[in-house]
Amino acid sequence: MLSGWFILFLSTVYMAILFAVARFGDARADAGKSIISANVYALSLAVYCTSWTFYGSVGRATSGGLSFLTIYIGPTLMLLMTGVILKMIRISKVNRITSIADFIASRYGKSQLLAGLVTIIAVIGVVPYIALQLKAVSASLEALLHESGSDFLPWWLDSTFLIAALLAVFTILFGTRHLDATERHEGMVAAIAFESVVKLLAFLAVGVFVTYSMFDGLGELFQRAAASPELARLLQTDASRAGTWTAMILLSGLAIIFLPRQFQIIVVENVDESHLKRAVWLFPLYLLLINIFVLPIALGGLLHFQGQPFNPDTFVLTLPLARGAEMLALLVFIGGLSAATGMVIVETIALSTMVCNDLVMPWLLRYSRIGERKDLSRLLIVIRRAAITLILLLGYVYFRAAGEAYALVGIGLISFAAVAQFAPAMFGGMYWKQGNHAGAVAGLLGGFSVWLYTLLLPSFARSGWIGNGFVENGLFGIAGLKAQALFGLGGLDEISHCLWWSLLVNLGLYIAVSLTTRPDALEAGQAERFVDVFRHSGRETDTRLWRGRASMEELLNLLERFLGKARTHKQLGAYARKRGTTSWQKLPIDAGLVHFAEAQLAGAIGSASARVMVASVTQEEDIGLEEVLDILDEATQVRAYSRNLEAKSRELEAATTELRAVNERLRELDKMKDDFISTVTHELRTPLTSIRALSEMLHEDPRMELSDRKRFLGIIVSETVRLTRLINQILDMAKLESGRAEWTTSEVDVREVIRESMDSLEQLFREKGVMLTGELPETCPLVMADRDRLTQVMINLLSNAVKFVPGETGKVHVRLSADTERVRIVVGDNGPGLTADECNVIFEKFRQGGNTMTDKPQGTGLGLPISRQIVEYFGGNLWVESEPGAGANFIFTVPLPGPEEQQ
Amino acid sequence: MAHKILIVDDEPNIVISLEFLMKKEGFEIAVANDGEEALAKVASFKPNLMLLDVMMPKKSGFEVCEALRADAANADLQIVMLTAKGRDTEVAKGLAIGADAYVTKPFSTKELVAKVKSMLGIA
Repeated sequence: MLSGWFILFLSTVYMAILFAVARFGDARADAGKSIISANVYALSLAVYCTSWTFYGSVGRATSGGLSFLTIYIGPTLMLLMTGVILKMIRISKVNRITSIADFIASRYGKSQLLAGLVTIIAVIGVVPYIALQLKAVSASLEALLHESGSDFLPWWLDSTFLIAALLAVFTILFGTRHLDATERHEGMVAAIAFESVVKLLAFLAVGVFVTYSMFDGLGELFQRAAASPELARLLQTDASRAGTWTAMILLSGLAIIFLPRQFQIIVVENVDESHLKRAVWLFPLYLLLINIFVLPIALGGLLHFQGQPFNPDTFVLTLPLARGAEMLALLVFIGGLSAATGMVIVETIALSTMVCNDLVMPWLLRYSRIGERKDLSRLLIVIRRAAITLILLLGYVYFRAAGEAYALVGIGLISFAAVAQFAPAMFGGMYWKQGNHAGAVAGLLGGFSVWLYTLLLPSFARSGWIGNGFVENGLFGIAGLKAQALFGLGGLDEISHCLWWSLLVNLGLYIAVSLTTRPDALEAGQAERFVDVFRHSGRETDTRLWRGRASMEELLNLLERFLGKARTHKQLGAYARKRGTTSWQKLPIDAGLVHFAEAQLAGAIGSASARVMVASVTQEEDIGLEEVLDILDEATQVRAYSRNLEAKSRELEAATTELRAVNERLRELDKMKDDFISTVTHELRTPLTSIRALSEMLHEDPRMELSDRKRFLGIIVSETVRLTRLINQILDMAKLESGRAEWTTSEVDVREVIRESMDSLEQLFREKGVMLTGELPETCPLVMADRDRLTQVMINLLSNAVKFVPGETGKVHVRLSADTERVRIVVGDNGPGLTADECNVIFEKFRQGGNTMTDKPQGTGLGLPISRQIVEYFGGNLWVESEPGAGANFIFTVPLPGPEEQQ
Repeated sequence: MAHKILIVDDEPNIVISLEFLMKKEGFEIAVANDGEEALAKVASFKPNLMLLDVMMPKKSGFEVCEALRADAANADLQIVMLTAKGRDTEVAKGLAIGADAYVTKPFSTKELVAKVKSMLGIA
């Protein structure tokens, strides 16, 4: 039933549907109503899942178990680095990048050399991958036909060649229909998204069929697998292969953005940066779905075909066929075809754009007079078509040369390792301004050479196409040069080995050469625009980095030749409106216009070619590297200045706030000082008042009675004493407060101080009939203090106490105690006590306890503040514990010297 | 009939000197040691003039003066404020709230006597 003709017919119908979808997408894009939504964008990323995924994952799972998953973990992780991809997209938009080769070339000074080099690496690197698709389609076709026993092709026609040719025709129809060469293909993206759905559905269908129809669900499948020791191995993760896993994850993570088709889809075809947000979860979800049945199918195949010859890469086809489910097999075939064609279309379009823009055009423009032709857009299309044909032909050649020796996955990984070589130049170019042209060339060449030697050539050797002496024994018989154990690094699988050495050489050369050489002017400008893309948004620097003369006529000619008349006029019109001019004829011929023209051209022929073309019609002044650096530096400096200014203004604000606070504090201090002086004045004037009044009266009245005379003179004397004491204490206080007091610090026995103070006041206590008792320990550690000052404190506290206790019944008790850290002295009395308020207030200057005139104490109101200052100077504390009516305990502590101080 | 003078101050020695000074001039004297006592003495003793210290516990001289001036019964009472704080603002404040004269400490006994006499209309 499954005749070759029927399959061919079905395939053609399917292709026609794809074609219709693409036409529809293009028509909508032309009408300005893009059908590229976030979902379409995310689905189109699934072009990553080629026939490698569709057929090869199962094949790999039959030998490597779960390790096939690494190829999908890497992309998932990579997509999570949204910032990096977003930056790549933004740079590409701003610079109208058309391909990964264009990206790298543009970054390193619009270099034709780099553009060509990257293109060659990409073509050589990706050819095995295209071969893989051919192999897959041909193998699936064979499986299908073999089963039905029909002999469809004449013996002289190779089916793989036929497939390659058909794919070439289809791709040409698909990707290069447009006469205007733009970098974006919305119709193609739509078709790819459609294809992604088809291949997913086909794979899920066969997965469900195998799991639930051929076997009794996942449970049974895994149980039966676990029963067989050989299969059980597949279900386990093998720790010894962790290195391989890491290499695979890294490799596939890089491939998801650096494979030419992936770069095309993710970066170039992106219409809206916000679509990326959807892709970040939708694409991994897609990967998960398409991988869910890989292991069940692999196990099912191994169980079903036990003891028979089989090719695990075609299990998805042979399993349904084995049960006679031909329609399902056809659906699977269409799914696989879908996966293969999708890949081939996008890959060859991306590669042909690169070959055309970055390899052929620059060469043609430079070395032939072709640039003078009237309309070049036709030529561009021809070159691209030729490139597509050539690339598919190369794929076929590789398939013939090496394809048979490898499983599908092995071939794909060779390509992955090749495009991984772009990583240093790409990432370096995006984040490292010093990275330069010479470094990128050196790194790419080095890495590519290692790849060639350790991976591509051995793949030829394995198929017997070339001798394998360099693999077995090393080049020239030198063991250190064994292709897959360089410098004795054995024990790795060939992919990890190649990845390690090639990236090491690549990165090392890139960094080392970049650091030792200087970029040219153009390159320095590009580095700035790439690395700081979010800051510039592509404006100021470019216009300042171009100086010269141009004519509108020539620029117009140039644009028309590559873009066509209509498109040129439309774009110029839009540009004129953006600049606020009514028509483009009135546009000033300046750096901005020239840059616009170059960007438009770059979209069609790549930045390197565009640069050459624009340079050919304008008279440009050379701007030296120094000047470019100056201009860039200026921009940097302006930014630095504005940052500095901002910082300064913040500092100023902070300083102002601080100053205000300080001012407030000063004001407070000033007011305190005022109050203090006012209080001091008051305190001094009060005794002076009595002295003056009494002296005047004595002076004027010589006949005053003797008793009055004696009384008055007594008052005068005591007031004078009070005045003197007051002045002394004020000076003392001032000295203590300003820190100018003199201290004679020595070891002091506190007991002696207490005894002496008590002795000196004995008379005073006896006069008032107050009992003074002391409680001193046998021994007491010495403190470091000023003996006289301590005595001053002690006397102050004792005389305060005697002042406030009632006569005859008054009692004052002194108690000394010491612990390991401090000595503590308590002067307790049975006086009237203090309220909580008073407990605080009495340590303020000129505040005295007692507030009625009758018991107004004799004192200056400075004793306690001075005592507190002294105690605090020694590192101790002075406070009072008291309640009204319960006497008062004045307590002070003096710390003991620390152990090290004692020594 | 002798004029009555109320001396209000919390400093005992100043009270002693003022009392002696005014008695010698033939005035009848009463003494109060704080603001509250002063208000009570004004009511009971009914002085013609009071020598009022500003800085006192319980009630300051300003408060006493204000309280007295708020009562029309004391309209004839002459108030001389005594202060050891000689700041202009305080002089102004004292006069503003109704003091009749302001004397800073330490004062000249002669001048104080002359001022008191003139305020009481004794030549």
